[in-house]
Amino acid sequence: MLRIENLHATVAGKPILNGLTLSVPAGEVHAIMGPNGAGKSTLAYVLGGRPGYDVTDGTVTFDGQNLLAIAPHERAAAGLFLGFQYPVEIPGVSSLQFVREALNTQRRARGEPELSGAEFIRLAKAEAAELGMDAEMLKRPVNLGFSGGEKKRSEMVQMGIMRPRFAVLDETDSGLDIDALRTVGAGINRIMRAPDKGVLLITHYQRLLDYVKPDKVHVLSKGRIVRSGGPELAHELEREGYAEAAA
Amino acid sequence: MTALPTRKLEAFRYADIDALASVWSELAQPEHVKIAAQQKLQQIWLPNGEEIEVRRAEIIVEAGAEFALFALNTATEYGRIELDVTLREGSHFTLNAANIGAGTSTLEIVTTVRHAELSAVSRQCIRSVLGGTATGSYLGKVAVARDAQHSDGEQSVKAMLLDRGATANCKPELEIYADDVKCAHGATVGELDADQLFYAMSRGLDPAAAKALLLEGFVMGLWDDAQDGDAIRAAARSALRSVT
Repeated sequence: MLRIENLHATVAGKPILNGLTLSVPAGEVHAIMGPNGAGKSTLAYVLGGRPGYDVTDGTVTFDGQNLLAIAPHERAAAGLFLGFQYPVEIPGVSSLQFVREALNTQRRARGEPELSGAEFIRLAKAEAAELGMDAEMLKRPVNLGFSGGEKKRSEMVQMGIMRPRFAVLDETDSGLDIDALRTVGAGINRIMRAPDKGVLLITHYQRLLDYVKPDKVHVLSKGRIVRSGGPELAHELEREGYAEAAA
Repeated sequence: MTALPTRKLEAFRYADIDALASVWSELAQPEHVKIAAQQKLQQIWLPNGEEIEVRRAEIIVEAGAEFALFALNTATEYGRIELDVTLREGSHFTLNAANIGAGTSTLEIVTTVRHAELSAVSRQCIRSVLGGTATGSYLGKVAVARDAQHSDGEQSVKAMLLDRGATANCKPELEIYADDVKCAHGATVGELDADQLFYAMSRGLDPAAAKALLLEGFVMGLWDDAQDGDAIRAAARSALRSVT
């Protein structure tokens, strides 16, 4: 479904990804773990198409389509969702307005009918309830004044509303307490666990993987995958640390 | 008739004098607005669609009265909103206004707010969105008279530049002769935030829609307290679309 081959990328001229190869078939959840500075967030941003993250070599295809050739909003319309490590605040724009416009733009791009205001509100309220978020928060400006945990829940509510085919989730577990971690983990399973969907779960710690069981775990170090294995690899990393496991 | 002003006058230093000359005969004399003691008044000033549009008003807010003005300045060639406001004891004045322009337009909001007596409150909130080689200015003086203790004045001025050639002038000014007053002002000039743009695009908004949405967030809060504000909201939204 998502196929990354020999990906090289620089940020401000500095090489961060150095020949990363990775393939996530439909129906699977893969976790990417690695120490600070390994290039985890850079990978997420490159997949999302953030300006300033320059691909210098390699390919990324999404269902056979060259992902790197299309703009960020086209990637979203194609079914890619990027969950931000630090979700951005947008003053003056309510979450409801933001997500509705984004969703309807995606739907137009795919030739699907737009959701009416009432349909959208119903959907948004249902998703907020699933993720334990007060629906009143959706009326507030996007992420403004939210705590770290509230921002992550809000990302998952957006994902639930948009129903992407593939999610790249960048440290969605950071800033979550134990209860929120369980709720968010259940949300990821509910929204994304399906034979035609895939997830790339970028995380620093093993704890989210207790709730979202990965099919494969990859260790990222110095911009490339240095080890791959089953879920047991995450436990080994937790026990022994990255330095040992990556050696 | 009053002589045509020149740019040597501080209040006209950024004005388009040629454009002003073409309408000066009609509006050398400002309109007068008086809010009687203890009364409340709200006005919404919508653009009339002319290329050159100048409105000048002398406003007196009598003791205990409240006046709220919502104004949108979008003339394609030259737009000027000029207010001279006198506040009597305990009165309250609010101005929420926006300059939205592109092309070569010159837009300005020039205010003098005189806290003439005790305990008056003024709140001015100005947002400018400027593209092309447009110039948007706010010159705002808050003058507190010697005996006008407990005056409370605030000016919040922010401008967003969409293109390299656009210019914003922000000049909040205080002239205070009383010693027990509260006057605050803040001014910023910036561009659209790259993080916000990418976030919006990663959710599926195309670049133009993402920009328009962020600019709405920047401007539309001005009209939150306007009664019957639908027309000014629609006019502002359409002006924003035309500059992005």
